[in-house]
Amino acid sequence: MMASTTEFLYTEEHNLVRKMAYDFTRNEVMPIIAEHDRKHTFPFELLPKMAQLGFLGICLPARYGGAGMDFLSLGIVSEALEYGDSSVRETVAVHLALHALPIFQWGTEEQKETFLPGLAGGDQIACFGLTEPGAGSDVAALQSRAVRQGEEYILTGEKMWITLADVADRFLVFAKTQPEKGARGISAFVLERGWEGLTTGSLEGKMGVRASNTGWINMQDVRVPASHRLGEEGEGFKIAMSCLDNARFGVAAGAVGIIRACIDESVKYALQRRTFGKPIAEHQLVQQMIAQMQQDLDIGELLVWKAGTLKNQGVRNTRETSMAKWFCTEAARRAADNAVQVHGAYGYSDEYNVERHLRNTKSAVIYEGTSQIHTLMQAAYTLGMREDRPLRCPMPAYDPDAWQ
Amino acid sequence: MNVAVLIKQTPDTAELPKVTVAEAQSGELQATMVINPWDEFAVEEAIDLSDRFSCDTTAISLGREGETDALKHALAMGVDSALHVDESVVEGGDEWATAEALAAAVRKVDGGEDVEIVLAGKMSVDGNSGVIYAGVACKLGWDLLVNVTRIVDIVDGTLIAEQAFEGGQETVEVPLPVVISVAKEINEPRYPSFMGIRKASRAAIPTLGREDLEFPLSRTTRWTDLNKPETEEVQVRIFEGASVEEKAAQLADALMAERVI
Repeated sequence: MMASTTEFLYTEEHNLVRKMAYDFTRNEVMPIIAEHDRKHTFPFELLPKMAQLGFLGICLPARYGGAGMDFLSLGIVSEALEYGDSSVRETVAVHLALHALPIFQWGTEEQKETFLPGLAGGDQIACFGLTEPGAGSDVAALQSRAVRQGEEYILTGEKMWITLADVADRFLVFAKTQPEKGARGISAFVLERGWEGLTTGSLEGKMGVRASNTGWINMQDVRVPASHRLGEEGEGFKIAMSCLDNARFGVAAGAVGIIRACIDESVKYALQRRTFGKPIAEHQLVQQMIAQMQQDLDIGELLVWKAGTLKNQGVRNTRETSMAKWFCTEAARRAADNAVQVHGAYGYSDEYNVERHLRNTKSAVIYEGTSQIHTLMQAAYTLGMREDRPLRCPMPAYDPDAWQ
Repeated sequence: MNVAVLIKQTPDTAELPKVTVAEAQSGELQATMVINPWDEFAVEEAIDLSDRFSCDTTAISLGREGETDALKHALAMGVDSALHVDESVVEGGDEWATAEALAAAVRKVDGGEDVEIVLAGKMSVDGNSGVIYAGVACKLGWDLLVNVTRIVDIVDGTLIAEQAFEGGQETVEVPLPVVISVAKEINEPRYPSFMGIRKASRAAIPTLGREDLEFPLSRTTRWTDLNKPETEEVQVRIFEGASVEEKAAQLADALMAERVI
């Protein structure tokens, strides 16, 4: 693994986190993940190890059971995990960035104290249920309903393409409390496995991220205590979008890990493999592909660092995080495509990791906002057609003293 | 009781560093430097002894000025304190000089009275000498155990350990103080915790120089030249034949012609 091109921007603490996380990936993830991918099985054996190391609550304050590290550390761990495989990074992204962090951002103090310690310690695994069979990028089109009855809500609906659906103990789902208000009529709820009317299942036949669980959540008149509503009624859309600010950061950082893995594997292969009497690394068209990967890595690292730094400062970062996610996932797909090309026929087989990275990166340019959505967002920002208004509950800035 | 653990900062083997002769001579390697992987087993054993016998632990490393990444890693894993020995004290000397400097540093831990066990990995992935700990034991005048796979107990000033040797294993007793090199079978090194990382990143690591160590430098060997071996061109011959027997016969003839067999 080459040294990070942004190493000069990181603290000694970050560099120690980086070594620890990459060691974990090399020792624990990489030896087992190809087989899980081949068999479409979830690596349950990694969950207690990641929980023990604090990955599942890395950027939650220690008073809520977290490790009290900053958002850049989350990015570093995401990068290292996805250096091994996207599925493992996805687990942290969904559990932490799409479930625990929203509770930290939007929850009442009572909800934080009730929900977060179990999540940070990995006692419960959590997921995020926004997408529906007929509502993906068009979030306001979701059909799930929540009807208030006294101190409860009755939830009905179906969620689709939900990472960890069949693994999770907790579910952050979005349903319309006032359908006539469109996006402003959506509310967010924390559901628990075992509640009557809540069922889940797995989806088969995925192109990539096969070692991750992807599935559906079905809600048939699930009774949810009002104490499990996150935020105010009608705040669900804003909560969902703020969740994406968290998760897209991890996706971007993870994509940097894929680019780095593609470079490492391609360089190693290109220096060994000989054609026409010399290593293929000496052929200019191979060099061009590797140079492109390196350029993408350098740019991607800087974009991730910028977004993570804004998060640490508590500055709204929707635009910067969107840019990092858009660029890094497209760059990772490009890098994986080139890495397979450098490996030739061997790259097309699962004897090498690069074909798995190529399959995985196709999902990364779709989930957490397709590349097309991010293109439109960036255009709207630049054209002055989009403006981020202050949130009622902004994500707190990182405070090393208070968080530890 | 204090347990000192000797560690070295070496190039990250995961990077497959392309170290040039000039870099090796100057020491300015263009590689990520990490704790020597063999030393992680020694650090883990020191922390385990600390848990079992309530002793303090100190990591010691000899390296260039500011080369403290390996020591920080040991602190993040859980050792109590760290000492950096400035490499200039050995003036480019050999393994014997290194052992001399490290032994002098061991004597400096907690005033030199309290260290009863020195742990070390079996070798470094760069130097590969595997003799430093023996030199340290010699300089300290302590007993030496090598290739230890388990520290069974410490009772009344006697340490009981299991050592592996070719085709077997033996249990030995040795009076403290003792220098021990550990085998990789002894434990599974832990990952640094986030709490440990925070502590390590804030730790100030004292550096010992020549004036602190006060030892006579007995340098015996110096590099006068450094080269990479010539790469050997290898020719590949593939034997064609109708049957395995025919191919094997050709192979046997060729090996005999080359006087290999």
